[in-house]
Amino acid sequence: MAAHLKKRVYEEFSKVVQIPHEETPAKKLRLSKPSKSAALHIDLCKATNSTDALQYLLQFARKPVEAESVEGVVRILLEHYYKETDNSVRLKIASLLGLLSKTQGFSPDCIVDDAINTLSNEKSHQVLAQLLDTLLVIGTQLPESPALRLRLVEVAYKHLSDTYFGVRNKCLQLLGCLGMVDAPVGKENEGPGTSLGGLRDVQSIISDYFGDQDPRVRTAALKAMLQLHERGMKIHQIIYDQACRLLTDDYEQVRSAAVQMVWVLSQLYPESIVPIPSSNEEIRLVDDAFGKISHMVSDGSWMVRVQAAKTLGSMLQVSPHFLEQTLDKKLMSDLRRKRTAHERAKELFASGEFSSGRKWADDAPKEKLDTNTVNLIASGACGAFVHGLEDEMFEVRIAAVEALCHLARSSPSFAEKCLDFLVDMFNDEIEEVRLQSIHVLREISTHITLREDQLDTVLAVLEDSSRDIREALHELLCYTNVSTKECIQLALLELLKNLNKYPTDRNSVWKCLKFLGSRHPTLVLPLVPELLSTHPYFDTPEPDMDDPAYIAVLVLVFNAAKSCPTMPALFSDHTFRHYAYLRDSLSHLVPPLRLPGRKQVYGLDSVDSGPGSGSVESAQLFLQQSLNRVSTIQNLEASGAQDLLDLTIRDLQRLGELQTELAGAADFCATYLRCQLLLMKALQEKLWNMAVPLCLKQNVTATAAAQQILEETYKLEFLYSGLESRQVATIHHVRLQAKALQLVLTARTRQGLDLLIGSCERFLQDVESFQRLFLTELPHLQDSFVDKLLELMPRLSSCKPVELVKILQTTLRQSGLLQLRLPEQIHRATATIIEPTGESDNPLRFTSGLVVALDIDATLEHVQDPQNTVKVQVLYPDGQSHVIHPKPGDFRKPGPHRHRLITQVYLSHTAWTEPSQIEVRLLLAYSSSSTSLTSPSKLGWSESLESLPAAEAAVEGTIPFSKAVKVFIMPKPARR
Amino acid sequence: MPEIKVTPLGAGQDVGRSCILVSIGGKNIMLDCGMHMGYNDDRRFPDFSYITQNGRLTDFLDCVIISHFHLDHCGALPYMSEMVGYDGPIYMTHPTKAICPILLEDFRKITVDKKGETNFFTSQMIKDCMKKVIPLNLHQTVQVDDELEIKAYYAGHVLGAAMVHIKVGSESVVYTGDYNMTPDRHLGAAWIDKCRPDILISESTYATTIRDSKRCRERDFLKKVHESIERGGKVLIPVFALGRAQELCILLETFWERMNLKAPIYFSTGLTEKANHYYKLFITWTNQKIRKTFVQRNMFEFKHIKAFDRSYADNPGPMVVFATPGMLHAGQSLQIFKKWAGNEKNMVIMPGYCVQGTIGHKILNGQRKLEMEGRATLDVKLQVEYMSFSAHADAKGIMQLIRMAEPRNMLLVHGEAVKMEFLKGKIEQEFSIDCYMPANGETTTVTTNPSVPVDISLNLLKREMALGGPLPDPKKPRTMHGTLIMKENSLKLVSSEQALKELGLNEHQLRFTCHVQLQDPHSDADTLHRIYTHLKSVLKGYTIQHLPDGTVIVESIVIKVSSSTEDSNTKVLLLSWSYQVQIGPHSTLKKVIVT
Repeated sequence: MAAHLKKRVYEEFSKVVQIPHEETPAKKLRLSKPSKSAALHIDLCKATNSTDALQYLLQFARKPVEAESVEGVVRILLEHYYKETDNSVRLKIASLLGLLSKTQGFSPDCIVDDAINTLSNEKSHQVLAQLLDTLLVIGTQLPESPALRLRLVEVAYKHLSDTYFGVRNKCLQLLGCLGMVDAPVGKENEGPGTSLGGLRDVQSIISDYFGDQDPRVRTAALKAMLQLHERGMKIHQIIYDQACRLLTDDYEQVRSAAVQMVWVLSQLYPESIVPIPSSNEEIRLVDDAFGKISHMVSDGSWMVRVQAAKTLGSMLQVSPHFLEQTLDKKLMSDLRRKRTAHERAKELFASGEFSSGRKWADDAPKEKLDTNTVNLIASGACGAFVHGLEDEMFEVRIAAVEALCHLARSSPSFAEKCLDFLVDMFNDEIEEVRLQSIHVLREISTHITLREDQLDTVLAVLEDSSRDIREALHELLCYTNVSTKECIQLALLELLKNLNKYPTDRNSVWKCLKFLGSRHPTLVLPLVPELLSTHPYFDTPEPDMDDPAYIAVLVLVFNAAKSCPTMPALFSDHTFRHYAYLRDSLSHLVPPLRLPGRKQVYGLDSVDSGPGSGSVESAQLFLQQSLNRVSTIQNLEASGAQDLLDLTIRDLQRLGELQTELAGAADFCATYLRCQLLLMKALQEKLWNMAVPLCLKQNVTATAAAQQILEETYKLEFLYSGLESRQVATIHHVRLQAKALQLVLTARTRQGLDLLIGSCERFLQDVESFQRLFLTELPHLQDSFVDKLLELMPRLSSCKPVELVKILQTTLRQSGLLQLRLPEQIHRATATIIEPTGESDNPLRFTSGLVVALDIDATLEHVQDPQNTVKVQVLYPDGQSHVIHPKPGDFRKPGPHRHRLITQVYLSHTAWTEPSQIEVRLLLAYSSSSTSLTSPSKLGWSESLESLPAAEAAVEGTIPFSKAVKVFIMPKPARR
Repeated sequence: MPEIKVTPLGAGQDVGRSCILVSIGGKNIMLDCGMHMGYNDDRRFPDFSYITQNGRLTDFLDCVIISHFHLDHCGALPYMSEMVGYDGPIYMTHPTKAICPILLEDFRKITVDKKGETNFFTSQMIKDCMKKVIPLNLHQTVQVDDELEIKAYYAGHVLGAAMVHIKVGSESVVYTGDYNMTPDRHLGAAWIDKCRPDILISESTYATTIRDSKRCRERDFLKKVHESIERGGKVLIPVFALGRAQELCILLETFWERMNLKAPIYFSTGLTEKANHYYKLFITWTNQKIRKTFVQRNMFEFKHIKAFDRSYADNPGPMVVFATPGMLHAGQSLQIFKKWAGNEKNMVIMPGYCVQGTIGHKILNGQRKLEMEGRATLDVKLQVEYMSFSAHADAKGIMQLIRMAEPRNMLLVHGEAVKMEFLKGKIEQEFSIDCYMPANGETTTVTTNPSVPVDISLNLLKREMALGGPLPDPKKPRTMHGTLIMKENSLKLVSSEQALKELGLNEHQLRFTCHVQLQDPHSDADTLHRIYTHLKSVLKGYTIQHLPDGTVIVESIVIKVSSSTEDSNTKVLLLSWSYQVQIGPHSTLKKVIVT
């Protein structure tokens, strides 16, 4: 063991020494750099045929090239380029040039001329295209050089007339990326009468290629135009007609780009007027564009449909009259007239038309009514969303739902109209779409009031077996306005049904009823006697207080009563008692009420119901005062210090319970102080005065204390979010103290010198790394343990272990308490396991050796990156424990700083004779290396961390951060 | 001008026994070969004697294409191929090929075994007929012979329904069969390329209807079933075995799954089970959702839907039963209906059309007392609901398809004449294309304007490119010089030199000459010299040569001078120029000389 440890020490030793060595390999690399280009040169010369050369180039491309040697490499490549006859090799070289000019720290302006020169001599179209691509890369690398741009743009003009589509594509791309935004690009250097003509701006040149014979070039032209727009050039309105024509192109990618183009123009010139062809009317451009894009929602290609549906959502300036057409498929067929005509003429039934599908022959059309008014192929936006929402591909449906959401948010009347359609979407076959439409409805629900029949369809979804859907719906109900008291009753009934069917929804249902009640106090009022089943003359039996359904009703009533002072008069006696009970047990659901004739309740409540912010402030003040009080302790040995700490810890803990906003901070402080207290107690043990051999027994408590402090510091560091580097330094400081304590204790108990040497080395290393990590924080740590240690550092590193231990011991005892400064926001990561509840008496039976899945549902608060850190631990009665990593997909994020873990863990065990309980809890895994590197708050010193010897870095572990839940399981022996 | 002729033998201004003859580019094709449900005599099948009075059809037809397995599209197939006689290829998609014989066999059983008809096709004939079938894949171009090619597109409607694109040379026809432009629970929507056929032959069942959103219908349906189940009632859904039944099954199955319902759903056995098997197999033909999830679970492997047994009808508690046939006129659905009709908690949902005279029709009409055989009456107390789940494209859908395919002409079949009339007007107005709606036996002729492909030699093209502007502008036609050679059924455009070489002809040069008389006293040589100097002074920028053999050459124009035989003072000037110069500079020269 000792030998092993010694070996480890030396390993670490050697690593520390190696720090200066690490720079030498870098030097070596630099030496090898010229040889790299040289090697390439040699390789290329060696290549006898093109295949070989290509191979060499491919190999070369796999390795990165340093910025300084790029130019050399480029020269060699170019040299070879001129000599090369094979197209594919030249192509590869051209592409390599592009890659190389992307190298960081290399300015490609020096190779522009060469690239342009090669362009003029090139015969192969493919190579030409690749060279233009290289130029594009170079051009985008050098955005601040107008002269260069002008040159490149001219090159692009020259090659625009190439016969190969790829070349034209690249030219257009070049123009799009580099064309001048501000001034029209003239061709001053060319005489008049050239094919392109005198002053022509980039836009008109690009738009010439809208009619190119190759669809790829058309797409490229549109994309180039969009690129220009993105770069801030104002696209001319003339383009609009051309873009509209491309909407009917044969190729989907052209249509898709055209949709974008039309959209861009509609945003640029929403108000300008365009004529409607084949009539004298004129409409706003944005309306016209909207109509045209709506048309694309029934395009043949689903990619275009998605694009069109998405685009519609962002056209907010469209006239409401157009907007409403998108939901009306039947607008032109004049359905209403048709229908009324039909109710009168029931005899038409015989003709047997079946259409709307609701009623037999409800709207078989009477031809004379239709023929002239029915416009089957809509000239406007007719029914775009009806189509989109019925689309075959769920991508289109989702896009349509989202677009509806955007449009509805800006137009209340539209929101009202689209309600029915959204409600229909609750019935979609794909859950994602259902969920999305529920979310959308929630977002627009401020605009709408649900009618009874609508609410009815909405509520039908409450029976959905998917928890996500149900919870989304609860969320929706929280924000919904309903119109009548029947609606409230209906909602309550359905929610209770839901509760009955899925008892796990309890919390969510209660929360939903809370909002429902507080939103509609006047609607709840007339229902109260019925809900509480009170009777004017007779006393009714007191309901069971543990019934979740009854609690649900009470939550609704109490929340309504908050803003309806007349309501409590209707309560019966037990209701008040229940109120008091619920107010205490479910304080987040039951608001404080002013109850007449209940003075004591009223009095108690008024304290709580005082202005919320004020109480937080006072609590904050209290917290600060407590900390200040603690900071008066100068010396850990001072009398009464322990009592003070004890008291403060107790205060803080209570404060955390009372004031949820400050729970994190209070807990943090309390834990920190507990560490100090432990340290203090450990140091005051009698053992320090005893002779070493005598104290073997007594120091058990001290060792345990040191261990506990260590654990607590890890909790402090990783369980709380919002820490600044100041606090991290403080935590590390405590840890260092604990380690020192451990070292001292080791020195006193064990006599092995090797061991001691090892521990000393490790400790010194810790001190060093502490110094490195918290260099900026050191000034704040004056007069602390570390401060003193660092003063003594030169002596420490040279002295013997025994001496070191002595110094440590005295420093530990002399050093004062480091004052804790609180950061702005500090939150403790918490987790609550909602399911399993641990209340079930029915054991989960399964055959031993096989697995059983246990559903776990938990909420996590203030956990950063839960996908990587949160684990589930299962503890079997025999002490076996399993740690399970949930899949990243099992985490949902319902709100900021909140996560929801819904997963299944697989249990298995050999057979038991009796059902027994296993424990399930959540763990937060941490690793000192990973978190300190990733956490953004500590980025300030992360650079210095890189040079750390690796041995120090990773301390890994887990912190249990949820209450354990017990589950009965019963593995049975397999029957043969 | 080439023509395409279309003659419906069935389904012309009518629904049922779809059978359309198309002759295109010298090929004769039969599209669908269906039967009419409404007749029990000869009118049941299309009149094949239209094609030939006696003998087999093989010589007259190049191929037969069946769009889907509904009997009104394939019911007459064994009759035609085995009894009338046809040995050529029959094309249908894989699912159609699989399911079609089941339906045919069922149809045969009913007609022969139950109704006791004779002179009907036998099981063996169905088998023999199916042997002639060549299966098609979606978007697969099948070469029927050297010139005729067909390609199938997805049509929705029922499993395996296809639209076909038939092409001979540059002429083409698209036949839609029955199709559906809105996706449903198990099938996707019809889709076609922008293939610009000469004729689009489309069904028009719902020519005058614009249907409500599918979702409302589904929601209503589910809500009704759900409510009834919650009340503890029994729900009867009479269906035909294939198509809608599967859609409704999926709808209910997913709903049961979502809502965690426990009430049993039953499906009457027999035919359906066999068909369900094929639905499980042909996953690629179903909609996005089923295609994507079948790896985890095939949607047609129903979890909640079980086979029905006659005794279950008396079980207490709620249940849903799908039973055949769909119009409540006979069989299991009627039996169950009789049992359940008395209870007002129960419900019957009619998901489709009911023919007059059936019980389905009567109860939909609101009749509450039914007379059964043997003078017994039946009180109908249960709720009667109607729900349309028909999968045909509505007017909007038809228009949408036209927009997708961009045909040059439109032809409507499979619909009622009055309704077609309306749609025809609309199509002509919206797309300004011709629309036809022939009755059965009436031939529609459409002249086409096929483009004739010509091979052009690359050299010629390059030369022409070099002459003209930067790029050929696709919008503007351009003229070029060349020689068109028609040889062995192919056309070639080559340069004249090459043409001469290929055809072994000598080149002839065409020269234009003219005589101009001048009064000039000088000798011939002097006159010529004078002309030469004059031309030199006037025509600057042209090459003018005075050759020693007594000619002046201006570019390629030759000028000679000779004295007139009568008068030596009258000189005759001989100008000669080639054909190419005709348009060019000679006019100026002439002008110069004359002056």
